[in-house]
Amino acid sequence: MNPLELEAAACGGATHFNRRTLLKAGLAGLGWLTPVAHCLARQAEQDQSGKPAQSVILLWLQGGPSQLETFDPHSGKKIAGETKAINTALKGVQFAEGMEQTAEQLSSFTLVRNMVSREGDHERATYNMKTGFRPDPTLVYPSIGAVLCHNLSKEGVEIPRHISISPGQWPGRGGYLGDQYDAFKTNDPSSPIPDVTARVPDQRFQRRLKDVDFVERSFARGRLKELEKRKTLQSTTIGRAVKMMSSDQLKAFDVSQESESTREAFGDSPFGRGCLAAARLVEVGVRCVEVNLNGWDSHINNNATQGARVAALDPAFAALIRILKERDLFERTIVVCAGEFGRTPTINPAGGRDHWPHGFSIALAGGRFRQGYVHGGTSPEGEKIEHPQENQIEPGKGIAVANIHATILHALGIDFEQELITPVGRPMSISKGHVVHELLVS
Amino acid sequence: MWAKRALFFGVSILGLSFMVATLLSGSPAPREAPPREATPLSPGEAGIHEIASMVDQQFAAKWAKLEMQAAAPADDLTIMRRLALGLTGSVPSLEEIRAFEAANAHDPTQWRLSRLFEDRRFSDYLAERLARAYVGTEDGPFIMFRRHRFVTWLSDRLQENQPYDVIVRSLIADAGLWTDTPAVNFLSVTIDQDAEQEEDKRPDEIRLAGRTTRAFLGMRLDCVQCHDDQFGDHWKQTHFHELAAFYGHAQSSLMGISDTLEQDYKYQYLRAETEEVVAPSVPFEAELLPEETEGVTQRQRLAAWVTHKENKPFARAMVNRMWAIMFGQPLVQPIDDLPLEGPFPPGLETLAADFAEHDFNLQRLIRTIAATRVYQLDSRADFEPTIKHEDQWAVFPLTRLRPEQVAGAMMQSSTLRTANARSHVVFRIIKFFQKNDFIQRYGDTGEDEFEDRGGTIPQRLLMLNGNLIKERTKNTSMANAASRISALAPDDRTAVEMAYLTVLTRRPEEEESAYFAKKLAGLHGDQRAQGMEDIAWTLLNSSEFSWNH
Repeated sequence: MNPLELEAAACGGATHFNRRTLLKAGLAGLGWLTPVAHCLARQAEQDQSGKPAQSVILLWLQGGPSQLETFDPHSGKKIAGETKAINTALKGVQFAEGMEQTAEQLSSFTLVRNMVSREGDHERATYNMKTGFRPDPTLVYPSIGAVLCHNLSKEGVEIPRHISISPGQWPGRGGYLGDQYDAFKTNDPSSPIPDVTARVPDQRFQRRLKDVDFVERSFARGRLKELEKRKTLQSTTIGRAVKMMSSDQLKAFDVSQESESTREAFGDSPFGRGCLAAARLVEVGVRCVEVNLNGWDSHINNNATQGARVAALDPAFAALIRILKERDLFERTIVVCAGEFGRTPTINPAGGRDHWPHGFSIALAGGRFRQGYVHGGTSPEGEKIEHPQENQIEPGKGIAVANIHATILHALGIDFEQELITPVGRPMSISKGHVVHELLVS
Repeated sequence: MWAKRALFFGVSILGLSFMVATLLSGSPAPREAPPREATPLSPGEAGIHEIASMVDQQFAAKWAKLEMQAAAPADDLTIMRRLALGLTGSVPSLEEIRAFEAANAHDPTQWRLSRLFEDRRFSDYLAERLARAYVGTEDGPFIMFRRHRFVTWLSDRLQENQPYDVIVRSLIADAGLWTDTPAVNFLSVTIDQDAEQEEDKRPDEIRLAGRTTRAFLGMRLDCVQCHDDQFGDHWKQTHFHELAAFYGHAQSSLMGISDTLEQDYKYQYLRAETEEVVAPSVPFEAELLPEETEGVTQRQRLAAWVTHKENKPFARAMVNRMWAIMFGQPLVQPIDDLPLEGPFPPGLETLAADFAEHDFNLQRLIRTIAATRVYQLDSRADFEPTIKHEDQWAVFPLTRLRPEQVAGAMMQSSTLRTANARSHVVFRIIKFFQKNDFIQRYGDTGEDEFEDRGGTIPQRLLMLNGNLIKERTKNTSMANAASRISALAPDDRTAVEMAYLTVLTRRPEEEESAYFAKKLAGLHGDQRAQGMEDIAWTLLNSSEFSWNH
């Protein structure tokens, strides 16, 4: 148990509190306790007894954002380097300089500072974070967006329900649920949505489709009776594609329909526009939008690299929370802001920080997530946080990635222990994690 | 200077037009001339028809037992298309179709294979497919892993038809630098170059043991990595780690991959108190494992055992994989989960035994599979075929083309000549850029090669409205088949036939020919070119194009 959890226990949190855990906390270094006013924050939380959230917006910071230059600065300590800290909406909690707007919004979200994982490679760690499972050669697990699309209603949505804006190398995938759950990839919302505009005038396009029907009839001869249903899905996919091409909901991608002041609030960057589009997409019923901000892999020149990304992240994240609240979407949307791992407390000779899965931050907002709560903490000396056994929630150890998945799924009202059947007939539960109840409004 | 260039350009265009005109000039009905004498067989081919017919008898017996009808043989062009998709990743060009029909070979399938084996596209494509099983599609550690080198090396081996066991022994046991000895990339891809401890920056025994058993033995021994087999009691956790221990001496340094006796593989078993040194041992056929000898590395011992002629899973796994590459789905599914003791489906044991007996000759294996009646069956039938018929291979199974096959076929079908490594360099650059972007949007399948995937809305949108299809069908004078056919085909019926041949590798039925010829009737110039563009677009958007059948 780390000090922050201790405090949670002290004000009646769910953590089981006994002499042994206190002892462990002492060993873990009670001396570096950062005072956190989360008891106060708890009072500020509103009682949200409505429906569970229906959508997730994943602000994906590809490359590994540094916890020290974002949510967990340890200013003044050796590991901080030259990074300065600023105050946040929560007394006693500081963020890194550059995160001013987000800091102001901390009263609206939960911050977990003691994330741990066992993956230190970009691709494997990204997979781990997006699916909640470590890479397994026998099975490709679905990412969280795919699970949402699979388990929640699709009614009324004509556009893809799983979208990745400015995708990096590894956008969310359907995995064993099937490719139909893969994220639809689209670019900076200032450019047109790819592939949804016919290349010829409508009349000619319709003639072409008729001709395709004609050719299909000849292909069907002598073949399976249920060729369409069992195999090709030809007319189904064409029908849905054409419907999407003419759907009014496509306008949700078009951020130019927003006022100039709204757009400005998100920042003039592809990421900012992506976040604004994400809010609009969630509004029309899209289940999961990944908005990608690449380039956090600062092995060289850490501070400048991180700083440039923070400049795009800060206004966009803060404006997203504000707009979701203004439009009454906050309770039905969960915003996750995370990368695949954090960065080393030590600074290497190139002025960079390397990969660090032993204590990094993740921010969670909306839905049933608590508003103004900081969970866990890292050592100011840069010690590793231990990974719990088998995703257990263990005092003094970090929060395993699978547990964040379980908590999000739980907040979405999805029974993650239910077993889905993989294509080879293997039953597999949606998540093997445990709910971290302290992160949620009870 | 410009005049010289213009002259060169003019001459090239003239030459090209002449060649194209030759390709387009009418369509001699195939099989007019009497079949030529059968060409003498190379040593690798002797007896393949006997093996093929043994395989066919086993299938026939199974069908008889199930009281199941089988489809009639498919026509030559359909088989030609299957071979091209499976072994080069694209459809045949019009040029190849013409050459094929002009040759009027005694055994068209074997004739075609002889041409394909000489073609770099064959070895490049097969190498890429196999590389997915050997090193995956991950980027890997960027300093110590050279995927392109690896695939090129593999392609060279396939081009010279090196015996498969020799290739695999290199993969498992070679030492050296990833750039000079590309086979070692099989090991170096598993290195965690960001490991915190310097001594952890070495090949990962666990991942290697998983790959070794899956890729070379068609077994999922890595399922017992963490605990004993819970479904049967066949495999124990120790089996997996004892196999992993063969990689325990492998190390990585500036000199590349080598072996050292100064380290051993250690593992802490489930419920064990401490980590222990694990001694290398094999999970079955232990008598095939060479004794420990000075100067022979543990990896060399493992390589000898894996590739031993009597280690049957080795041959079976490759037969199953090659079958999958050629048919679009493996004989035993999933591809890397073959039982050790059977039961086995028809054909597998016979093909595996022949493969091992003939020094693991891959080209012979391909020839034999292609020679079976099963491979040459039609995918349609005059009775009503069901999924059960497909499962029993009584009709040729319909499988969705893989993303690179769709891209490759689209690139190929938009030109009349054979698009290959010898093609003009500019053409190749266009080809690779577009192809990669397309595959990215279409969604690469990664390592899980043979699961039915796809059929998504984004894929459909990409086919309807994407850049590649626009570029490849639009009316330009540069490279597109549709425009050339429009300009050069002598009449509407011929134009339609050319479109069918280039895109679908077949001639249109009378009804189809009439339907589309009517659309072209009376059109000239740009309008006619537009009409051809529409036909090309339509055929490219058909299921017939995007499925193997």
